[in-house]
Amino acid sequence: MISTKKEKESLSRNTQINRLGLWHHLTQSNHARIGFILFSAITLICFLGPFFLDQSFDSTELELGASPPSLEHFFGTDTLGRDLLIRTLIGGQISLLVGFSATAVALLIGVTYGMIAGYIGKKTDIIMMRFVDTLYALPFTIMVILLTVLLGRSLILIFLAIGAVEWLTLARIVRGETISIKTQPYVEAAQLNGLAHHKILYKHILRNLISPVIVFATLTIPSVILLESVISFLGLGVQAPLASWGSLINEGAQKFDIYPWLLILPSIFFSLTILSLNFIGDAFRDGLDAKN
Amino acid sequence: MNLRFIATSLLLLKIALSLGCSPAQTNVERGILEQELYIGIGTEPSGLDPHLVSGMTEHYVLLSLFEGLTTLDPKTLEILPGVARSWSVSEDGLSYTFDLDPEARWSNGDSLTAYDFIFSYQRILSPELGAPYAYMLYAIKGAEAFHKGKIQDFSSVGIRAPNPQTLCIELHSITPYFLTLPTHFTWWPVHKSTILKHGAMTDRISKWTQPKHFVGNGPFALKSWRLNNMIKVEKNPHYRAQNSVQLNGIHFLPINLETEERAFRAGQIHLTSGIPIARIDWYKKERPKNIRFDPFLGVYYYLINTSKGPLKDPKVRKALAYSINREQLTEHVLKGGQKPAYHFTPPNTGGYTSNDCFSYDPEKARQLLAEAGYPNGLGFPEIEFLYNTSESHKIIAEAIQQMWKKELGVEITLYNQEWKVYLSSRQAGDFDIARSSWIGDYLDPYTFLGLGESDSGNNHSLWQDSVYDEILSQATQSLDKKMRFESFQKAENHLIEAMPFIPIFFYVRSLLIDESVQGWYPNTLDYHPYQHLSLERIPDSI
Amino acid sequence: MFKLIIKRLLQAIPTLWIIATITFVLMQLTPGGPFDQEKPVTPEVKLLIEAHYGMDQPIYEQYIRFIKNRLMGDFGPSYKYIGWDVDEIIAQSFPISLELGFYALIIALIIGVPLGVFAALYHGTKMETLLMGIALLGICLPAFVLGPLLLLIFSTELGWFNTFGWNVASDRVLPAVTLGLFYAAFIARLTRSGTLDVLKHPYIQTARAKGLKESKVIWIHTLRSSLSPVVAYLGPAVAGMISGSFVVETLFFIPGLGSFFINSAFNRDDTMVMGTVLFYAVLIIAFNLVVDLIQIWMNPKIKRD
Repeated sequence: MISTKKEKESLSRNTQINRLGLWHHLTQSNHARIGFILFSAITLICFLGPFFLDQSFDSTELELGASPPSLEHFFGTDTLGRDLLIRTLIGGQISLLVGFSATAVALLIGVTYGMIAGYIGKKTDIIMMRFVDTLYALPFTIMVILLTVLLGRSLILIFLAIGAVEWLTLARIVRGETISIKTQPYVEAAQLNGLAHHKILYKHILRNLISPVIVFATLTIPSVILLESVISFLGLGVQAPLASWGSLINEGAQKFDIYPWLLILPSIFFSLTILSLNFIGDAFRDGLDAKN
Repeated sequence: MNLRFIATSLLLLKIALSLGCSPAQTNVERGILEQELYIGIGTEPSGLDPHLVSGMTEHYVLLSLFEGLTTLDPKTLEILPGVARSWSVSEDGLSYTFDLDPEARWSNGDSLTAYDFIFSYQRILSPELGAPYAYMLYAIKGAEAFHKGKIQDFSSVGIRAPNPQTLCIELHSITPYFLTLPTHFTWWPVHKSTILKHGAMTDRISKWTQPKHFVGNGPFALKSWRLNNMIKVEKNPHYRAQNSVQLNGIHFLPINLETEERAFRAGQIHLTSGIPIARIDWYKKERPKNIRFDPFLGVYYYLINTSKGPLKDPKVRKALAYSINREQLTEHVLKGGQKPAYHFTPPNTGGYTSNDCFSYDPEKARQLLAEAGYPNGLGFPEIEFLYNTSESHKIIAEAIQQMWKKELGVEITLYNQEWKVYLSSRQAGDFDIARSSWIGDYLDPYTFLGLGESDSGNNHSLWQDSVYDEILSQATQSLDKKMRFESFQKAENHLIEAMPFIPIFFYVRSLLIDESVQGWYPNTLDYHPYQHLSLERIPDSI
Repeated sequence: MFKLIIKRLLQAIPTLWIIATITFVLMQLTPGGPFDQEKPVTPEVKLLIEAHYGMDQPIYEQYIRFIKNRLMGDFGPSYKYIGWDVDEIIAQSFPISLELGFYALIIALIIGVPLGVFAALYHGTKMETLLMGIALLGICLPAFVLGPLLLLIFSTELGWFNTFGWNVASDRVLPAVTLGLFYAAFIARLTRSGTLDVLKHPYIQTARAKGLKESKVIWIHTLRSSLSPVVAYLGPAVAGMISGSFVVETLFFIPGLGSFFINSAFNRDDTMVMGTVLFYAVLIIAFNLVVDLIQIWMNPKIKRD
């Protein structure tokens, strides 16, 4: 099974980490550094790269069609002969924007909602959680279709639509954790000492449930990026000829055996982003652990 | 990185396993042995009641289960006998007498009589049933009035049966293509006692189409039906021309295009309902024998809302039409042998082929746009283009958007809507330009040109022109074929001059077909009676 | 415990009623009806068709009739699939989704939990990076990418599995793997973080100090509480898995509930939307209840609340 020596090493490493502060930890951890560098690089390339490229994301070259990577088109071209690099970069702007904003919305609502429900408990908890059950069950497709009709097409609506679904699971997780933390002796002690509720929530509860929240957030970003393509499919949000990573990957997956570059290149950007986010997320988690 | 690792390890796995594995028998091979056809039909049919359905998918299945008075030769689309052995036409061309085949039977053994047809036509024309395609029978005298509730008595509709073997139909006006109508599923008979056993004559909600109840009169009978899985039909032992049927059964698989293509490559189906665009080049190169592009009675067009801003001006509409490079589009984007459209009615619609009414002429397009007050697109207001969500509509729109931008300097914004939302936007006139298409119902130019009539429920362009209406009514009323076609040509020219619809291309039916399938002939109606099909083993050519 | 279950079942009634009502309103507001098609029927014919389904009556009467019928367990006929009833379709397709979801869940747990636990145990080592890298792969390869890849390799190229359908035993493999791996990745990451949290607790350190066997410490003392976020996540996830995944069912052409669930919305098949939504709602409520019960079992102190 597990050799004791190895295990001791990992334990000692744990305690070492624990001594470091959050900031210190973030700057010292190798993973965090790699994560930060990678992530900043991708963001910079996506937002600044298009200024240095002379191709445009929508001008077609029908005779050329889908062509593999070449000197003229580093990433190759799609079936309409459009440069895939610039499409991936512009798509990245959208995907990163949607990914972060929608996840932020989901985090804000989900964590607050879950903590309140879990902390107050009793009838409030029951009503709040049945509300979550209700939202889970409502037909998402219909709601998105309705949104397009009632409110038109804008990027803000994507955040709304995605945020509206993604916070639900988070709220349930946070609520479960809050209830379990609430029963810990130190919380009870704080309550007896008359510490204000918002202070308890912040100081004792939020800090202790931060780790599943961070993990969930780093998992939510890729889900959101992919969900965006589904929502655009329903007519809300990003419109052709703009593309996003989600839609590029989706298109590429269907033609993978014929035009592999259409899938591989956007996927690399997408995967590296997720990898870097997970590194950062893990480092954050460890750092916060250490701080407590 | 990871992909490469996976690919390498799988390659190793494949080598390791291919040494010990012998391939199992595929559906295609089993089908050849047992004369059972496996065919992809794209989507799940919405039902098997010929009076209540309206799509191509349903047509594919129903064609095996029912048969009308006449049938068509799949090679030439000539009229052939069906349930009717022979027929005669009166001098004035207004009444037809059909002599039914005494061998015609239902799949439960009951004999099929002229009374069954009367029951069926009464059923589909009964307003209470709400048959979506009842208008296909409007050629019959009194049918329209009965369907619209203006007359209540069905006996005043022009259908009579002097005896069980004879059916007389009176038309309300000359209909040169009349004999092709009974080949459409709306004209097929349904079994009276089965229908009445499971509800009233005009009940939509009925269990009669379930496999255990189903009775039809086609070469095959319904064996099993599971939604999103398979419809299986078996040879009908009571079919009138039983000996002509070579297949023992057909498996209809409602699988989507991508899955169909994979299934075909793996030898799991003999025929597909289409080909994903991205695969066309590969099949052309690697398996040219398996790919077919048959002309099809349909036009893909851009619908213009002629009440919106600059689109009110026919010059603007024509500028948009002239600046689309259709050859480039069909050759490099669609790839399936679609014909660029320079008129509205597809070639060879009931023998009529229109002249090209315009051409790709960006120079003239720019000139027209300048005349309309927008030289080089200057000052052209923001126009939006609507399409229903679909990969192919999207890429066509993306390509054309760029052509307009390049040739005219006009910026057009694209947006997509989900199918039903798109339909209601189009219906409500809530669009500037919308992608659209029209599939002919029968072999006559009127099925296309009628779309532009002022009172047509399908004309969403809001373009109305009494001159056009006049020309069309002249065309439909003339007896002489040549004069008729000349009038249609006049109408066609008039339509293109006004350009409420920008024709883009004429459809083809593209499909993958296994070499073993015999008797599948290309025709514009996509009409392939299964009694003409058989499966033959093709010896491996070395 | 028993009281809690009864209480929650009672709460389910107003919840389901609210869900049904909101869905009813949503369907009324959504543009496009079940009988709209490319070649539209005339308005007169449309009215006649709608009369068949009672759609010609005033909205409030439709609503009352709708609630009454649902109460009597009658979900009505499908608008799209003529000749089929909604409960017939659900009865036919749900067992398939349930089976698929069950396999996927097993795969997800068997891969996800050990991956997460070992990653936590090897926290800070190269081993952890490797294990979590594997889990990340599952996230970077969503079903609509993984599915076609698996099909390409194992079905069209190698010919080991059918490219579509749900007819023979081997048809279960690829869809279950495609669906399961995605959840496995989520579970692995949540398990890892939960285990790390628990490992630093004093009682674990005490248990370790007492010299309890390492494996016993992990599996008995930590797993129970470290899985708490995983369990909270699994409630809705399992409901989603067994009610069918649209992407996987469409890719592999499986006649499960998931494709009906989504397609009914596109078809505006109101009765079918309603039927599937309520069915799914029951599943969600049931699994969230199960989750709450498990969480109480994991941490008995919660019960007092």
